[in-house]
Amino acid sequence: MKIVIAGDGKVGATLTRELSAAGYDITLIDANKNVLENTAERYDIMAVHGNCATMDVLEQAGVRKADLVIAATSADEINMLCCLTAHGMNKNVHTIARIRNPEYAKQINKMRENFALSLSVNPEKQAALEIDHLLKFPGFLKRDSFAKGRIEIVKLRVDKDGKLDEMSLGELNAVVGCNVLVCCVVRNNEVIVPDGNFVLKGGDRIFVTASSDNIVVLLKNLNIISHKVRRVLICGGSRISFYLAERLIRNRVAVQIIEKDYNKCVQLAEKLPEASIIYGDASNQELLESEGIRDCDALVTMTGLDEQNIIISLYGNECKVPQVITKIAHLEQNAIIDNLPLGSVISPKELCCNVIERYVRAMYNQTGAAISVHSIAEGRAEAMEFRVDDHTKYKNVPLKDIPLKKNILIVGVSDGVKTEIPNGSSTYNVGATVVVVSGRPEVLYQLNDIFVK
Amino acid sequence: MNYRMMGRFLSLIIGIEALFMLPALLISYMYGDHKAVTAFVLTICFSLILVGILRFYSVDAPEAFYAKEGLACVGIGWIAMSLIGALPLFLSGEIPSYLDSLFEIVSGFTTTGASIVPEVEKLSKGILFWRSFSHWIGGMGVLVFLLAVIPNQGKRGGYTMHILRAESPGPDVGKLVPKMRDTAKILYLMYIGLTVLDIVFLLLGGMPLFDSVCTAFGTAGTGGFGIKNDSIAGYSPYLQNVCTVFMLLFGVNFSCYYLLIMRQFKNVFKDEEIRMYFCLVFGSIALIAWNVRGFYDTIGETIRHSAFQVATIITTTGFATTDFDLWPSFSKAILLSLMVVGACAGSTGGGLKCGRVLLLLKSLHRNIRAVLNPQKVQIVRNNGTRISEKVLENTNAYLAAYVVIILLSYIAISIDGFSVTTNISAVLACFNNIGPGFDAVGPTCNYAAYSAFSKLVLIADMLAGRLEIFPILILASRSTWTHR
Repeated sequence: MKIVIAGDGKVGATLTRELSAAGYDITLIDANKNVLENTAERYDIMAVHGNCATMDVLEQAGVRKADLVIAATSADEINMLCCLTAHGMNKNVHTIARIRNPEYAKQINKMRENFALSLSVNPEKQAALEIDHLLKFPGFLKRDSFAKGRIEIVKLRVDKDGKLDEMSLGELNAVVGCNVLVCCVVRNNEVIVPDGNFVLKGGDRIFVTASSDNIVVLLKNLNIISHKVRRVLICGGSRISFYLAERLIRNRVAVQIIEKDYNKCVQLAEKLPEASIIYGDASNQELLESEGIRDCDALVTMTGLDEQNIIISLYGNECKVPQVITKIAHLEQNAIIDNLPLGSVISPKELCCNVIERYVRAMYNQTGAAISVHSIAEGRAEAMEFRVDDHTKYKNVPLKDIPLKKNILIVGVSDGVKTEIPNGSSTYNVGATVVVVSGRPEVLYQLNDIFVK
Repeated sequence: MNYRMMGRFLSLIIGIEALFMLPALLISYMYGDHKAVTAFVLTICFSLILVGILRFYSVDAPEAFYAKEGLACVGIGWIAMSLIGALPLFLSGEIPSYLDSLFEIVSGFTTTGASIVPEVEKLSKGILFWRSFSHWIGGMGVLVFLLAVIPNQGKRGGYTMHILRAESPGPDVGKLVPKMRDTAKILYLMYIGLTVLDIVFLLLGGMPLFDSVCTAFGTAGTGGFGIKNDSIAGYSPYLQNVCTVFMLLFGVNFSCYYLLIMRQFKNVFKDEEIRMYFCLVFGSIALIAWNVRGFYDTIGETIRHSAFQVATIITTTGFATTDFDLWPSFSKAILLSLMVVGACAGSTGGGLKCGRVLLLLKSLHRNIRAVLNPQKVQIVRNNGTRISEKVLENTNAYLAAYVVIILLSYIAISIDGFSVTTNISAVLACFNNIGPGFDAVGPTCNYAAYSAFSKLVLIADMLAGRLEIFPILILASRSTWTHR
């Protein structure tokens, strides 16, 4: 499949990395020649220099024969124009534009129609949604839902001398009092797909699959104190902060935002009358104390600097804030950061790329493609959701008899009525949704790819 | 330097070379040349052992692979390939000295066509085939072939660009399609297609199958090893004309053929390099035909010989239909200049390349204008798009390196005491991958008379010329071999 990516920024470069590794033909357009050459030397792609909204450049990038155009430059308007022009040159091309200005957010449906966009992505809004999702169940570092929210994969940290330390996975179900499956363990920066004899150690980060109904039980039995989030302190008045505050206020959560730019404070105060906007520097610990960091339920660090976010989050952890969420823009998938007690780490860029990748995979293979793909364990493993159809092999065969490739696990089966975390005797049938975790380097395009040939 | 990754590439290169020896082995077997069969079998076994050792060494190679590794990989790869490729010639006893065998095969792989064999017809068929086939392999490049056959390189696939850049000739190498593997495949498919077409045309002219295959290999790689003592001169005028046309075709930038297949005719006909190439070809043919009038019986014959000689020199092939060493000095001067200019960038030919000469002339023009008009902002364009200063700098540096190496080599081989014309044309003919020069290394003579030292210098020249200097030059730099 031929994909044209316009804009070699954070999102463009990440998409280029992921999609070229997945084996698509990538042509990358950017107006900055140095950045472009740098990327072209790292990945197996073609680079075209110029303005992506001009017909000449699009022609040169082969839009007439392309299947998909992804516009991810820094300007929303250029992205829209790029998609519109590309669609004018090739009626069959799919277009994805990144549109992030909150002022366009309200009219986005109409704009998708007018600008012939197949999909529009808003990284900030996506991140706000994700944070909101995490705040609903404080205690998890990361939470991904599958099968229309019936199955969840949550990320937990195994504390030294905690309840999970030195526990073998075989005993796990008895302790947590419900049926769960550990699908992936990160230990010393290594990703392990464990079996029943695997013993957990303090410092491990584990990915646990559970059906949504059991999530609360799981939390309670692991002694993760969980009470409803009523007061959130947000550091930095970015776009994500705005989207997040909007959602939180709707759910009657008290929101404080600390921002050091006075004009931004005024704008936020104007748009968010219920929130309390504080003008000041969030890296100042005295300010944090006076704003009550010690008795807020959650701390969300959203300033423009990764380093500052990390420092504030570390301080929040020191002050025993029950839940800390840190935004990281550049240093994602970094093992050192994962070892720091930063709470949940959110990368808007990664989230945005995940959405686009999901769309690309669905396009590539209309039948049998993954319904959704979530990258877990710093991007070194993937959790995918597939629908079982007539072509799927091993229907009605107990899982223990199915020859799976190495480093692949079936972690959830849902047939719409019943949702289960499978054991050796479970089966699946046509129409069911299967969640698969893979620690393999290659891309799995359809469900049959997980079986040994 | 990532030695283990280098080991992996080296094992692949040697493996591919062993594979390429199989047809020659088969031919030797068919003609019952026992010595040649043993030589090929021994070489293949030796290669396989080497591949095994290198494989073992390169297990779990780290992925770090940058411009330095790309250049070194091409340089070392070509040297290793030549050292092994020379073995069949030496082991079969048909070329008694290993150094001579090495000279012969380097001349083959670099598509030079300079020979040290006094009577080619005495060589056995299998060895003749291997000699000619080495032209075909070297023409497009082994590593490009590798890029076409090895699977996609995962997340860090960009490094393949360093290899393509190091092995393919030209000032500004680019891909045809986004994926390197597909680019390499397209290049090889076009190469194979044109070669087959050449064979068909030669067969139609009544040339025996073995001769036409070998001649087509020599033409395709713009190499120039003949399988007859008198090169192409003994064949019919039709066959000579077929060779002329195909030599010129193989001297054209292959991306132009891709554009033709993509039906972008306008871009091809407007391409400045192509225009310059054909202007040079037709201009030189006209001048030489006028200059050598009276040497041949008819006008047709005059034009045929001058066209053939111009094609063979500008594409750096090195076939011959007539002894152009006997021509008047004006014609020889034109041929000598064409030797330096060479074929188009991105073709299988050698020399400075038309595209590079064009850039040099343009930047010279700009510098002259800058002296007259210091405030004026001037940029260099090619086909309407701006050429970056980096490419211009590299082109200028290339010219400097080119001149320095030619002068040093000239001085080095002058120790042997041949005439000035012989030495300067020998260096030019080897460095630009042509083959025959003038005087004592003219089309009817060969390089056997040079001393061992001079032969080594010329071997280095041929490699440096084919790989465009830098992959060979960096092997002499200490920082190449140290860890970062």
